[in-house]
Amino acid sequence: MSTTTQLGAAAGESKVTTAAAPLVPLIELQGLSVRFGNREILNGLTASLRGRSIGLLGPNGAGKSTLINTLLGFYKSCGGSARVFGHDVATEIGKIRGVVGYMPENDAFISKMSAVSFVQMMGELSGLPADMALERAHEALFYVGLAEARYRQLGTYSLGMKQLAKLAQAIVHGPKVLILDEPTNGLDPSARQRMIRMIREIRDGKEMRIVLCSHLLRDVEDTCDEVLILKQGRIAHYSNLDEERRANKRFLELETYGANGDFTEAIEKLGCECAVTANRMKMILADGVETRDIFRLAAERQVRIRRMNFRRDTLEDIFLKAMES
Amino acid sequence: MAVYRRNYKPYVGALTPAWSRCLVLFRYSRRNLFRSKFLTGLFVVCFFYPVLCLTMIYLAHSVSFLEQMGVPPGVVTIDNKFFYHFISVQGVFAFLLTAFAGPGLISPDLANGALPLYFCRPFSRVEYVLGKSSVLAILLSQITWVPGLILFAMQAGLAGAHWAWTNLWIAGSLFLSSLIWIAILSLLAMALSAWVKWRIVAGALLLGVMFFGAGFAQAINAVMRTESGHFIDLAYLMGTVWNALFQVDVDHAIPVAEAWIALLFYCGISLWLLMRKVRAYEVIK
Repeated sequence: MSTTTQLGAAAGESKVTTAAAPLVPLIELQGLSVRFGNREILNGLTASLRGRSIGLLGPNGAGKSTLINTLLGFYKSCGGSARVFGHDVATEIGKIRGVVGYMPENDAFISKMSAVSFVQMMGELSGLPADMALERAHEALFYVGLAEARYRQLGTYSLGMKQLAKLAQAIVHGPKVLILDEPTNGLDPSARQRMIRMIREIRDGKEMRIVLCSHLLRDVEDTCDEVLILKQGRIAHYSNLDEERRANKRFLELETYGANGDFTEAIEKLGCECAVTANRMKMILADGVETRDIFRLAAERQVRIRRMNFRRDTLEDIFLKAMES
Repeated sequence: MAVYRRNYKPYVGALTPAWSRCLVLFRYSRRNLFRSKFLTGLFVVCFFYPVLCLTMIYLAHSVSFLEQMGVPPGVVTIDNKFFYHFISVQGVFAFLLTAFAGPGLISPDLANGALPLYFCRPFSRVEYVLGKSSVLAILLSQITWVPGLILFAMQAGLAGAHWAWTNLWIAGSLFLSSLIWIAILSLLAMALSAWVKWRIVAGALLLGVMFFGAGFAQAINAVMRTESGHFIDLAYLMGTVWNALFQVDVDHAIPVAEAWIALLFYCGISLWLLMRKVRAYEVIK
């Protein structure tokens, strides 16, 4: 699989393409621009995203939510085009909305309704017959973990429960794409863990593809396999996290006991780059060199390896690099 | 599958037709509305006057009963004025019902940010407004033109075909006068509740528009020595139109055509205000 990233291809245009990916493109952007008054919120976005779980990352005000809202047809674009599952946002928004489940960032509920009525109504509005919507509302609420509280009024729910109710209404009609806008906003650590676990389960279930919008790197790293980083309405970086993980596998960190210059020299003779500080070594493995070669050299020189780990660029590194660029 | 099985399965069944989705909104909104005992009580009270009118029509044709009671025949006349009074009284009830029921239809959705959840589905803003306004339209129809036409049918049945044929225009007037009143009340109530987002304040504002509008109109007329102030008095405008529709001789300060235009203008403005607020997200430019 090859990935090419091209930033600023044309004046004010950012471009990303992923080739030879197994899945049909979920989102295709072609010079997409959105403007509110004189402010340009999205500026010539061009991308083709095919991942099973796509993360939209960026600092506050980068345009993540605007991009989602444009894909849902809430905002009109002033230039370019956007497609979701091949359907044009400008002309086929009904078809797009038919296959999408959306969990908005802010509070979105009807306080005087019970959770089950609320989710059932949302199911019916998506086109489910009333009896089927009721059955699936119960199932969705059980699925998200609100089974015991499903007859309570939504106004009495805690913030975490409201988030789960929003998730339930987003999945009740069995969408093909689940769009989650800051799903862990305001959640305490355990509730956040639960939400992340659920998103992973949905992703791994392979019934739905996920677009997750967040400014929390950890959430995206935990749940997404493809990341689009936005900065000031432009694409700052595209990253296929799986590929990044694989590409950085050869970056090695060692903690040793009894190592001397001889051991370092022997490693360098294999063609590896080494940096030594006290009893720690960092190295980039040369092509053809495997970890068993390092173990062999250590054994020959009576060096004990106390710890060895592959270090890779974290999403935080990638994000910071993108922000600096 | 049992609901307690904690897993997810996609939906593969048939979908309901797109046109039927606004009926979903109607059904849920109406159910929520009648959870209020006060509103249910008020709705029942709205039928007292139609029942009274029904009795009057029956008595007007019971000559022997009137003779027994010593009431000379012709005291109770069922004519255009009778139906004009009927619609005037029911119009007041329709207004009260709207003031209590109308704001609760949209303001909870706006106050809790639920609109994106409606519009991220294959469900448009027009369908949303249609679904919500149909609740009021049907509710108000049940106390205005529907009982009005039942009364007309009863009178026609008792008075004979000749009366029915010569007074058929009254049925049209009943329907048309109710229709414009329902339209203006529904749109105004929903527009106000969409802008203030608070049910109680929206209800108070609707009462304010009616009563303060009338007071303000009188003040303008008095201070500026004009009759143009009536254009901001919705009740006066409506009264002018009703008088014309039921052919009741009352002097009008403003021409009937201008009253119609003013009412349609208010309907248009209310609809525009409503559609500006009924969106998934408000764009602040």
